[in-house]
Amino acid sequence: MFLSLTLICLTVAVLLAQVNKMTETPIAEAKAMKLQNAIREVVPAFDNDPVAASYRMPDGTGDSLLVYPAKKGEELVGFALNSYSDNGFGGKIQIMVGFDMEHHIVNYAVLQHGETPGLGSKMTEWFRDTNKPAQSVIGRNLSQGALAVSKDGGQVDAITASTITSRAFMEAVNRAYTAYSGSREDALSGATAAAEKKEQKTTNEGEENHE
Amino acid sequence: MEYIGIIIVAIFVNNVVLSQFLGICPFLGVSKKVDTAIGMGLAVTFVLTIATIVTFLLQKGILEPFGLQYLQTISFILVIAALVQMVEIVLKKISPALYQALGVFLPLITTNCVILGVALLVIQKDFNLMESIVYAVATAIGYAMALVIFSSIREQLALTKVPKALQGIPVALITAGIMAMAFMGFSGIDQVFK
Amino acid sequence: MNKQCKILLNGILKENPTFVLLLGMCPTLATTSSAINGMSMGLATMFVLICSNAVISLLKNVIPDMVRIPSFIVVIATFVTIIEMVMNAYVPALAESLGIFIPLIVVNCIVLGRAESFASKNGLLSSVFDGVGIGLGFTLALTLLGASRELLGTGKIFSLSVYPEQYGSLIFVLAPGAFIVLGYLIAIFNKLQRKKETISSN
Repeated sequence: MFLSLTLICLTVAVLLAQVNKMTETPIAEAKAMKLQNAIREVVPAFDNDPVAASYRMPDGTGDSLLVYPAKKGEELVGFALNSYSDNGFGGKIQIMVGFDMEHHIVNYAVLQHGETPGLGSKMTEWFRDTNKPAQSVIGRNLSQGALAVSKDGGQVDAITASTITSRAFMEAVNRAYTAYSGSREDALSGATAAAEKKEQKTTNEGEENHE
Repeated sequence: MEYIGIIIVAIFVNNVVLSQFLGICPFLGVSKKVDTAIGMGLAVTFVLTIATIVTFLLQKGILEPFGLQYLQTISFILVIAALVQMVEIVLKKISPALYQALGVFLPLITTNCVILGVALLVIQKDFNLMESIVYAVATAIGYAMALVIFSSIREQLALTKVPKALQGIPVALITAGIMAMAFMGFSGIDQVFK
Repeated sequence: MNKQCKILLNGILKENPTFVLLLGMCPTLATTSSAINGMSMGLATMFVLICSNAVISLLKNVIPDMVRIPSFIVVIATFVTIIEMVMNAYVPALAESLGIFIPLIVVNCIVLGRAESFASKNGLLSSVFDGVGIGLGFTLALTLLGASRELLGTGKIFSLSVYPEQYGSLIFVLAPGAFIVLGYLIAIFNKLQRKKETISSN
C-alpha cells in the first residue's frame, strides 16, 4: 500500500523535475523579456544592454533603486529607473520611469500594482495621455520641482476618484527622479574626468560620488 | 504597528471570502445555520494557523535550500492533507470535547482552498514567520466572521419569500455580493495606521 | 460513439459544474473579471481534468483503495504544476493575472470529484470524454460569467468595445459583481431548466 504511494510520488517527482528543466529557460527568458520591454518603452532608442549595465543608486529616503543606463553608441541617452511606492491604495506600486539627459520624463510603465480595477488601475494609461496635458507627466521637467497632484498644490491632475493612487504614483516618480539626478551627475562628471579612459564606472564608485 | 496593518487588511479590507474569493464552497455549504458556521470558523482558524507554520517551514527549510520550488504545490497539498488527518487523530485522543465540536468539519477542510491559498500567499508576499502567523490568524478570523455574519443573514432569509428561480444558492450569492459591497467600504482604512 | 456524445453533453448541460453542481466556486468568482481570463482559467482546468481523468482511469486497478484519495491528489497536483510551469514560460502575462488560482486548481472540487466519482469507475475513453465534457461546461460557464461582467462593467466583450466605457457600472468588475452576476446567471439557468422540464412533461 505504502509502496505504491511511494512509487507514485517518485514517478511524479522525476516527471516534474523533467518539466521544470524544460520550462526553466523559457520562464527566465520571459521575465528578462518583460524587463527589456519595459525599459525599451520608457527611454529613447538605445543599443546597449541596460540590464547588464544596471546598478543601484540611493533614492534619498534610505533605500536604493535599480538604474538602467541607456546608451546609443558611446553616448548616454537616458536612464530607466525601477521605482516604487508603498502607499498605494492596494499596497505596493512598482513602476519603471524613464528620463532623458535633460530631466524630462520620457515615459513610464507600471510593472506591478494592486489598485482597484477601473479606478486606481487607470494609472497605467492616465499619466501618459499626451492628449490631456493636465494629467500627463510625459515631457515634464522635474528639475523645476517635484511632481504633486493638483489637490496638493501640484501641477498634475489626479485620476478621478483615486487621489491616493495618484499621490503614490507621484511619490514613485519623485523617488525615481532623486536617484536619476544622482546617476546623471555621476555619469556627467565621470564622463569628463574619465574622458580618455572612457570606461563605465563600478557600482561602488557611483554611490560614493553621490554621497 | 506593521502587524496591526496586516491584521486590519486581512480581516476587513481584503477579506478572504468577500474580496479574495477563497473558501467559497464551505462558505455557501455550511452557512445555513449560525452554529455550524461557528464550528467551521473555529476549525478553519485552528488548521489554518498550524498549516501555515508547517508549510512555511517546509518552504524555507527544505524546498528553497534544495531548489525544489517546483514541488511547492504538490508538497503543500500533501502536507495539508496529512496535517488535517493528524489533527483529527490527536484531537480525538487529547480533547474529545473539542473533537466533537470540530470533528465533522475537519475532513472538509483539506479541500478548502483557504488553507492552500494562504500557505501560497505568505510565500508570495515574502512574509517572515511571525508575519505569516499573524496573517494566517487574521485571515482565519476574517473567514470566521464573514461566515457567521452570512449564516445569520441566511437564517433570516429562510423565513422570507423568494422568487422560485432565485431560491437557495442564487439568492445566497446575491446576498454575499451585497455583503462584499459593504466590506468595500473598509478599503483604504489601513492608510490610517500608516 | 453515442455513449461518448452523451457523456460530453452531460458535462456541458445536465451536470454543468458551475450552474448545476455548484462546484469550483472560488476560481469561478475570482478569475472572471474579463471574458478572456475566465476562458483561460476554464481551459487550464480542462487540461488538468482530462489528464487526471485519463491517468486515474488507467491506474484505477493499480492503486490500493486505502491510499486512493492521496494518490488522486498527487496525480492532480502533478498536472497542475505542469500547466503552471508551462503558462509561466509561454504566457507569463496571463499566468500573472490568474495568479494564485492556477495552483489552487488542485483543491478545485470538480477535479477531485470527477476522479473519485467517474474516472475511478470507468474506462479510459469514457473518462477522457467526461473530462472534456465537464471541462467544456466549466469553460463555457466561466467565459459566460466573464463576458457578462466585462460587458456590464466596462462595455466590452473580449476587449472589443460594445458601448462606451463611461456607461458601464464598475461594480460588476469588482468583487461584489462576481457574486451578484453569478447569482443571477444561476437563477436564469434554473428558470430555463424548469421551463424545459414543464414542456417535456406536458
